[in-house]
Amino acid sequence: MSDVVTPVLKRHLLSIDDLTREQAILILDTADELARISDAPIKKLPTLRGRTVVNLFYEDSTRTRISFEAAAKRLSADVINFSAKGSSVSKGESLKDTALTLQAMGADAVILRHSASGAAHRLAEWTKGSVINAGDGTHEHPTQALLDAFTIRKHLNKNPEQNGGVGADLTGVNVAIVGDILHSRVARSNVLLLSRLGAKVTLVAPPTLLPVGVSDWPVSISYDFNNAIGECDVVMMLRLQLERMKSAFFPSAREYSRLFGLDMERLAKGKKSPLILHPGPINRGLEISAECADSADSLILEQVTNGVSIRMAVLYLLLGGADA
Amino acid sequence: MTQRIESSGYLLSSVLSPEQELIDIRISNGVIAEIASAGSLTPGASVTIESAGMQLLPGLVDLHTHLREPGREDAETIRTGSAAAALGGFTAVHAMANTDPVADTAGVVEQVVRLGREAGYCDVYAVGAVTQGLEGLALAELGAMAHSMAQVRVFSDDGKCVSDSLVMRRALEYVKQFDGVIAQHAQDPRLTEMAQMNEGIISAKLGLTGWPAVAEEAIIARDVLLAEHVGARLHICHVSTSGSVEIIRWAKARGINVTAEVTPHHLLLTDSLAETYNPIYKVNPPLRTNEDVLALRTALADGTIDIVATDHAPHPRESKECEWSEAANGMLGLENALSVIQESMIENGLSNWKTIAERMSYAPARIGRVDASSGHGQIIKVGVPANVILIDTKIRRKVSEMKSASKSSNNPYIDRTLPGQVLYTFLRGEMIVANGELVRPL
Ligand SMILES: [Zn+2]
Repeated sequence: MSDVVTPVLKRHLLSIDDLTREQAILILDTADELARISDAPIKKLPTLRGRTVVNLFYEDSTRTRISFEAAAKRLSADVINFSAKGSSVSKGESLKDTALTLQAMGADAVILRHSASGAAHRLAEWTKGSVINAGDGTHEHPTQALLDAFTIRKHLNKNPEQNGGVGADLTGVNVAIVGDILHSRVARSNVLLLSRLGAKVTLVAPPTLLPVGVSDWPVSISYDFNNAIGECDVVMMLRLQLERMKSAFFPSAREYSRLFGLDMERLAKGKKSPLILHPGPINRGLEISAECADSADSLILEQVTNGVSIRMAVLYLLLGGADA
Repeated sequence: MTQRIESSGYLLSSVLSPEQELIDIRISNGVIAEIASAGSLTPGASVTIESAGMQLLPGLVDLHTHLREPGREDAETIRTGSAAAALGGFTAVHAMANTDPVADTAGVVEQVVRLGREAGYCDVYAVGAVTQGLEGLALAELGAMAHSMAQVRVFSDDGKCVSDSLVMRRALEYVKQFDGVIAQHAQDPRLTEMAQMNEGIISAKLGLTGWPAVAEEAIIARDVLLAEHVGARLHICHVSTSGSVEIIRWAKARGINVTAEVTPHHLLLTDSLAETYNPIYKVNPPLRTNEDVLALRTALADGTIDIVATDHAPHPRESKECEWSEAANGMLGLENALSVIQESMIENGLSNWKTIAERMSYAPARIGRVDASSGHGQIIKVGVPANVILIDTKIRRKVSEMKSASKSSNNPYIDRTLPGQVLYTFLRGEMIVANGELVRPL
């Protein structure tokens, strides 16, 4: 498998823009295959034995860090966790110096979570290894989008002879992404990926939480969730940061919930009983009601499981062939 | 006697005047001694400059320069910054007030001017702060600065906007008594909190907080109306949007006493460069869209925008070798300004050297009320102090291979090839730059 896929991906995964449609499908297919292997009793693959993967996290995100760590370990890589939380660049070591240090330590891949948009791009200029963007500011979170697409594809192709959708894209799937689009790296990556895979994406948000430049995106815009949910196959709820209220993005949490939150009543307006996705962690009762989060259509926990498979696939495709 | 004068002089033969006439010109005793048609002056005791076909311009005057001294001598000093100015063809620069301490007292502005004289590469004029500590609350001692040895005429809180309407009104009124001008950095502070780049299609994609055009335009609209109301002189720093151009055009048509500047970088670079996330392209106001660039070029050509000003803003390496949002705003401007203007205004036929002489020498000297005895901003004629430069407009050079005197390296053009190079700079007859290098090295 490795000699087929080795030359396909770029060295880094910084943005969904780094991937063609075919490369994205390759990642999903690889994740599917790796998931099957992971289900087997022996969970470890020897693929990345002797390779060093660094988790460099400037933001607290235990779930994403653990997901990458599990993925790397299942591929037998050595994992170094480097939590730089609080050591912002104004005090302490600069990102560049950290990059040079990690390179000196022989890191083959650096997985970066950082509060500054573009931090992964910067890091990639300063290091010889692969850089995987695990969320940079309000820019992108490519592996989250890949795991979302993977989850959607799997569920819309449940039929056994469809083989979990292997080889397929998401043509004809209607996805609503709901909430704080302006500040969401998950939304940016998903818009790029889902539309690249043929899905029809509708952004649902108050106008204050949509970027001014959104007109250029391959999406439809709706301010009316009740209306937008009608034709949806998938509803992707985004986490709302309550401190946005202070900057006059919306009047109150209650008004936000009423207009843009997902509850059972609103869910019932969906003609296709849409799948529910949320990147987590969720604010129960704010952007999503407890009933919806726990409902049968909710794939929130499955997203977590699929996250490991997707991250295995990305690591495998970025690093796997180099010494094979 | 005659011999002594001539031996101190230079003959520039067969150079192109700003009006594109081929002339010979003799510099002697600090002034323009003779002008005649090409080939008609003999060297005598003058040193002949190999200058055939070079473009002659009056020494350039920059109304907006950050020299960083006092306070950030690690980024630039008055000595290095004024040397960079001379390499770029400037014979006078106006040092902005946002130093540490702020240039809001007579003591600081006099120190700036004095250090400029000691360096001797070009004349350094001080811009005074409008408000104490640039805090936008209480007026600085504008009169004391105006009447000091520094004779300050340009006042600016640049880096910050005088956003309080009443403070702006009072400042405009107050400086009328000594024919001063308020140079406004137009930026509504609330609309630009945490702003990182132009708000538009690119910022949406990059997830960088937007700096909307309206934050500049709203302040300009307010200020031209204030200037009209109190009959004062207003100057707008670094105009960056097509909407701002429209407002200034309207204000001028209405007879409002407003002038405006554009930077070289806003005439050449666009916000798409932010896609690299390389903060070498981070500047305030931010790089805008191509449509804005074209509107600014047209406005500079037709005079709606009066002058080019560099906003030369040196920063130490570590302030740019970091994440975009952590990086400092600003780019170098003095050394490549004229090349950028040639690229963006001359090569495409939008303007000509005669107009550029107006926009980069005569007009900025007028707006700054620069004293005539300095020779800055004057039409090249016999008897005026010899502040002139010679440009080889025929060559194209890699910016990375050009000499720089700045202490900093945040040059956004570093990977480009640009036309033209200033080869000679004369300050009151003294040769400061020869063959593109400082005669007196730093
Ligand atoms: Zn400014």
